[in-house]
Amino acid sequence: ESQLNLTRGVTDISSRVYDLHMTIFYICCVIGVVVFGAMFWSMFVHRRSKGAKPATFHENVKVEIVWTVVPFLILIGMAIPATTTLIAMEDTSDADVTVQVTGSQWKWHYKYFDNEVEYFSLLATRQDQINNRLDKGENYLLEVDRPLVVPTGQKIRFLITSDDVIHSWWVPDFAVKKDANPGFINEAWTRIDEPGIYRGQCAELCGKDHGFMPVVVIAKEPAEYEEWIAAEEERQLKAKEEEQRLMSMEMSMDELMDLGESVYLGSCAACHQANGEGVPGVFPALKGSDMALNDIPAHIDVVVNGASGTAMQAFGNQLSLRELAAVITYERNAWGNDTGERVQAADVNEYMNQ
Amino acid sequence: MSTAGEAIQDHDHDHEHHDHKATGVTRWLFTTNHKDIGSLYLWFSFIMFLVGGAMAMVIRAELFQPGLQLVDPHFFNQMTTVHGLIMVFGAVMPAFTGLANWMIPMMIGAPDMALPRMNNWSFWILPFAFAILLGSLFMEGGGPAFGWTFYAPLSTTYSSDSTALFVFSVHIMGISSIMGAINVIVTIMNMRAPGMSYMKMPLFVWTWFITAFLLIAVMPVLAGAVTMVLTDKYFGTSFFDAAGGGDPVMFQHIFWFFGHPEVYIMILPSFGIISAIIPAFTRKPLFGYASMVYATAAIAVLSFLVWAHHMFTTGMPVFAELFFMYCTMLIAVPTGVKIFNWVATMWRGSMTFETPMLFALAFVILFTIGGFSGLMLAITPVDFQYHDTYFVVAHFHYVLVTGAIFSIMAAAYYWLPKWTGNMYDETLAKWHFWLSLISVNVLFFPMHFAGLAGMPRRIPDYALQFADINQIVSIGGFAFGLTQLMFLWIVIKCCRGGEKALAKPWDGAEGLEWTVPSPAPYHTFETPPEIK
Amino acid sequence: MAEQQQKYYVPASSPWPIVGAIGLGLIAFGAGHAVIDMSKEQSGFGMNVLFAGIAVILVMLFGWFRDQINESMQGLYSDQLGNSYRQGMSWFIFSEVMFFAAFFGALFYARVIAVEWLGGASNNAMTNEVLWPDFSAMWPLTETPGGTTTQAMGWAGLPLYNTILLVLSSVTCHFAHVGLEKNKRGQLKVMLGITIVLGLIFLYLQGAEYVHAYNDLGLKLDSGVYGNTFYMLTGFHGMHVTLGTIMLIVMFLRVLKGHFTPESHFAFQATSWYWHFVDVVWVCLFFVVYVF
Ligand code: HEA
Ligand code: HEA
Ligand code: CUA
Ligand SMILES: [Cu+2]
Repeated sequence: ESQLNLTRGVTDISSRVYDLHMTIFYICCVIGVVVFGAMFWSMFVHRRSKGAKPATFHENVKVEIVWTVVPFLILIGMAIPATTTLIAMEDTSDADVTVQVTGSQWKWHYKYFDNEVEYFSLLATRQDQINNRLDKGENYLLEVDRPLVVPTGQKIRFLITSDDVIHSWWVPDFAVKKDANPGFINEAWTRIDEPGIYRGQCAELCGKDHGFMPVVVIAKEPAEYEEWIAAEEERQLKAKEEEQRLMSMEMSMDELMDLGESVYLGSCAACHQANGEGVPGVFPALKGSDMALNDIPAHIDVVVNGASGTAMQAFGNQLSLRELAAVITYERNAWGNDTGERVQAADVNEYMNQ
Repeated sequence: MSTAGEAIQDHDHDHEHHDHKATGVTRWLFTTNHKDIGSLYLWFSFIMFLVGGAMAMVIRAELFQPGLQLVDPHFFNQMTTVHGLIMVFGAVMPAFTGLANWMIPMMIGAPDMALPRMNNWSFWILPFAFAILLGSLFMEGGGPAFGWTFYAPLSTTYSSDSTALFVFSVHIMGISSIMGAINVIVTIMNMRAPGMSYMKMPLFVWTWFITAFLLIAVMPVLAGAVTMVLTDKYFGTSFFDAAGGGDPVMFQHIFWFFGHPEVYIMILPSFGIISAIIPAFTRKPLFGYASMVYATAAIAVLSFLVWAHHMFTTGMPVFAELFFMYCTMLIAVPTGVKIFNWVATMWRGSMTFETPMLFALAFVILFTIGGFSGLMLAITPVDFQYHDTYFVVAHFHYVLVTGAIFSIMAAAYYWLPKWTGNMYDETLAKWHFWLSLISVNVLFFPMHFAGLAGMPRRIPDYALQFADINQIVSIGGFAFGLTQLMFLWIVIKCCRGGEKALAKPWDGAEGLEWTVPSPAPYHTFETPPEIK
Repeated sequence: MAEQQQKYYVPASSPWPIVGAIGLGLIAFGAGHAVIDMSKEQSGFGMNVLFAGIAVILVMLFGWFRDQINESMQGLYSDQLGNSYRQGMSWFIFSEVMFFAAFFGALFYARVIAVEWLGGASNNAMTNEVLWPDFSAMWPLTETPGGTTTQAMGWAGLPLYNTILLVLSSVTCHFAHVGLEKNKRGQLKVMLGITIVLGLIFLYLQGAEYVHAYNDLGLKLDSGVYGNTFYMLTGFHGMHVTLGTIMLIVMFLRVLKGHFTPESHFAFQATSWYWHFVDVVWVCLFFVVYVF
C-alpha cells in the first residue's frame, strides 16, 4: 500500500477513480514534458551568452489554432471516462442495506434502516496520546469506540446528514466522500469487495475538533454481518429493557459520579473542558455556573434538549437515562460545585415525559 | 548592471524636478499622487504578507509533529482562517492594486489615476479593516475560526462573537476594493494618451482592466454573503437554515460565485506582469498579443460559470456536477494559450537571466504545475477523493505562492529601479530567488502526497503515517519564510541607495514607463506623450 | 475620450479621504460591537462608536463636496474629468446591481431549489421522507419546515401603488433633467420637487406596508426564508430610496442656489441615474417578490 499516492481502494468504483486519477496525471506529465522541454531548450540554446540573436516573429495563426484545438481534444478525452464514472457513482438505486449517517460535533451516528440498531461512534484515541503524555498507537486518531459494520458484496446506501454544522463523511478506500448538511440528506453508496477495516476522517471543517472525528468501517462477509446485526439488535433491545428496570432503582452518589465522569469526558469535555471551565466567550463554564448550582429543571432541560441557536446539542437521544442522570449529577458535584444533589434516571424520565 | 550595456542613456539625470510634494506625514495621509498611493499599497501588502506568513509559521510549527504541541485546536483554526484571509485580501490584492497605481498611469501616458482622491480613500480604508480583523483575534472567544470560506452554519449559529466584526471588516475591505477597481477601470477607459488604442495597451493594463471588471462584479456579492451571515447569526433569518426553508449549501453557491472569480482576480494581473517581463529579457516581442487579450477575456467569462467545482461533494444533482466539471476543464484552454505564447516568446530569443526573469520563468513552470493539479481537481469523480485534503492546499499554494506571489516579486525586481532610481543588489536577489525556489518546493510539493495519502486540510493533528511528509513541509516552510526576510532587506537597501539606475535599465524592455527618468518624477505625463 | 486630452486636472491633496477612512473604520468597529451588544442585550460602546462614525462620514461628505463644488465653480475641471466622474458613477451603479443580484440569487435559490428539495424534489426524496415528513414545498413559504407560519403579502394594493409611484417618479426625474439641459429652470424645479415628494410618499407607504405585514400578516424578518428575502430585498431597496431621496433633496437645494448649467451638472446627472437604477430594481422586485 502506497503512502504517497491515492489508494486504489476496495471497490469497483474506487479503482475506476484511481485509474482516472492516474490517467489524467500521466496526461499532465506528458504535456508538462513537452511544454517545459521547449522552455528549457530555449533557455539553454537561445541565450544571449551563447550569442543567440533574437528573431522577430510574434504571431502565427496556424500554431495558435493548433494549440487551442489540441488541448480541447485532450480535454474531451478526459471528460468521457470522467462522466461515465460520475454517473455510476451517483446511482444509489436498488440498495441492499441502508444506513443513515449523521454527523454532529464531533462524532458520527449510524442508524440501520432495516434493523433496530443505532449507535454513536466516537474517537477512541486517548487525550493523553494527543497531548503527548502517552505513546501514540498505530491507528492514532483513526480509531473509534464503535465502528460502522457493513456486509461485503452488497450495495450499501448511505443517507448522510448532520445535526449541527456541515461535516463530510469520507472513506478513501470506497472513494466515498459526501457532505453531511444539516436539514438535508445526501445519498452515496458503495459495494465492498474485501472484508477488512477501513479508516477515514471527517473532511469538512466543523469546528474545534474537526481533526478528531474519524470514520471506521468494518466490512464483514454477509453471513458474519447477519450474525453481528442480529446480536446487536438483541443487545440494544436488552439495554432498553434494562434501562426501564433501572428506572425504579436509586443510584448511589459514587456510582453516579463514576459514570457521570466518564460520560462527561466522552460527550461534554470537548467543549466545556475537563475542568468544567469552558472556553470564555465560546463555551460557557459549568464550574460555578448559576444553573449548575441552583436550577435542576433548567439543567436537565438544556442537557436533554440542547439550547437552540448555540452549539449545545440535545443529548436526550444520544445518552441513556442513566447516563443523563449521572452526567447531570456529576456536573452538579464536580470541580467544587458541591451541591450534594443526586439526579436519578427516574427524574430525567419524568422530565422527558411531561 | 552587467546587461544594461545597450540601454539608452539617461539625460534627465540631474535635472531639477519641480516636484511639489508635501512633506512629513501629511504627504502620505492626504496624498492624491498615484505613486505615493502605489507605494503605500505595496508596503501595506508586504506587512500583511509578513503577518499572514507568521500565522502560516504557527500552522507549520504545530504540524511539525503529530500530537498537539503549541496551540489548541480552536486557536489553530483561527490561524488557518486568518492566514487565508490576510494573504488573499491583505497581501495579494493590495499588492496588485499597488502595482496598478504605480504602473498603469505611466504605461498609458496618463498624469495620474482618474479619481485621485478616491484612490487615497480606498487605500486608507485597508489599515482600519485589517486592524479590526486582527483585533478580533484578541476578543473573548477568539477571532474567526471557520476557514476563509466561512461556511454556514459554522460561521453563523456556531461561531464566536467576533463574527460581527469579521463581517463589517469584510464590508469595508470590499468597499475599498470596489473603489480601487472603479478607479483602475476609469483610468484605463478615459485617460489613455492620444494614440494609445486599446490594442496597443501593455498586457498588464489589459489584464488589470479585466480584473477590475471582475472585482466590481463579485465584491458586492461577497458583501451580500457576509450580510446574510450576519442576519442569520444575529437577526433570526434562516437563509442557511433548513428549518426556515433555507439551505447551508446556498451559502456556498453565493460565496463561490464570488470566490472563484476572486482566484482569477489574484492571477490575471500576474499574467500581465509575466507578459511584460518575458519579452524584455528575451529581447523579442510578445508572441500572440491579441490572443493573450482574448484568452484573458475568455478566462474572465468562464470564471463566472465554474464556481460549484468547489462544491462537488455537497450533493448537487449529477447534471449540475457535469456542467461545472466541463466548464472548469475548459479554462485549461485559454490558460494553455497563455503558457504556449510565453514559451513561443522565448523561442529563438536572446535570453538573459536577471532576477525578474528568473522569477518569471519559475512562475511559468510552477504555475503550470498548479494548473495541472487544478485540472485534476476539476474531474468530479476524482475530486471526491481530493476534496478538502492537502492536495487542494498544494494546488492553491502553487497558483498563489509560486503564481501570484512570485509574479509580484518579479514585478518588484523589474520595476524597483524605476521606483527608487537605484538598482537592487543583484547578487542578493539571485540568492533570494534560488533559496525561495528550492524552499518553496520543499514546502508545497510534498503536500500533494500528503493529500493523496489522505490527510484532510484544516486539522491541527494528524495520523502517524503523515508525520514524515509534514516534517519536510514544515522545514521547507520555515526556510521559505526566513528567505522572505531577505527580500525585505533587498528592498530597503535598494530604497536607501545603490548603483544609479538608467531610465531604461533593461535593454529589451518596452513601454512608456521606460521613457521617463529613474526614479520616475513625482508627476509624469502632465502633458500626454505622443504614441506612434 | 483619449483624443480630447487636455491637461488633466489632478486635484490637490485633501484631508477628506482619510477622514472618510476613519469614519468607515469607526462604523465597522462600532456596528460590529453594537450588533454583539444587542445580541447579548447589554449596552456597550458599540452604538456610540457607530454614531460617531456616521457623524465623521457626514462631516467628510460635507467637506469633500464643498471642496468639490468650489473647485468645479472655479472652472478647474475639464471635460475629461467629467467623463471620469460619469464612468465612475456608472461602475458604482453596476456594483450596486451586483449587490442586489446576491439577494435576488438567494431568493431564486430558496424558491426554486432549497424549498423544493426540502419537499423531496430532485435528488432529495429522502430529505423529505426522513427529515421533514410533514413538509410539502410551497411558495410563498407560509409554513416553514420548522413550523413557523406566516401569511403572504399580495401584490395588489400598496405594492402596486408603490410601483406606480416609483415609475412615475422616474419619469418626473427625467423631465427635471430635460429641464436642466434646456435651461428651463422652472420645469427643473417643479419636476424635481415632484420627484422628491413621490419618493417620500413611497417611503411612507413602504413603512405602512411593513407595519401591516408585522401586525396583520405575522410576516416578519424571521418568518423563514420567505420573510427573509422579502425584508432583505425590500429593506435594502428602501435604504437606497432613502439615500436617493436625500441626494435629490441636496440637488434641489443646489438648484435653488443656482448651481448647475446645461453643460455641466455631473452631480445632478449622477443622482438621476441613481434614481432610475433604484426604480428599475423596484420593478424587478415587484415582479419576483410580490407578483410571482
Ligand atoms: C490564483 C489562484 C488560482 C488559480 C489560477 C486556479 C486555477 C484553477 N483551479 Fe483552483 N483553487 C484556488 C486558486 C486558484 N485556482 C484556491 C485558493 C482554491 C481553494 C479554495 C479553498 O477551498 O480554500 C482552489 C480550488 C480549486 C478546486 C476545488 C478543489 C476542492 O476543494 O475540491 C478546483 C476544482 O476544480 C480548482 C480547479 C482549478 C482549475 C481547473 C484551474 C485552472 O485555471 C488552471 C488552468 C491551467 C492549466 C491547466 C495549466 C496550463 C495549461 C496548459 C499547459 C494547457 C494544456 C493543458 C491541458 C489540456 C491539461 N481549484
Ligand atoms: C496568496 C495567498 C497565500 C500565501 C502567500 C500563502 C503562504 C503560505 N501558506 Fe497558505 N493558505 C492560503 C493562502 C496563502 N498561503 C489560503 C487561502 C489558505 C486556506 C485557508 C483556509 O483553509 O481557510 C491557506 C492555508 C494554508 C495551510 C493549510 C492550513 C490548514 O488547512 O490547516 C498551510 C499549511 O501549511 C499554509 C501554509 C503556508 C505557508 C507556509 C506559506 C508561506 O508561503 C508563507 C511565507 C511567508 C512568511 C513566513 C512571512 C515572512 C517571514 C516572517 C514573518 C519571519 C518569521 C519567519 C520565521 C519564524 C521562519 N497555508
Ligand atoms: Cu466533522 Cu469535520
Ligand atoms: Cu475555483
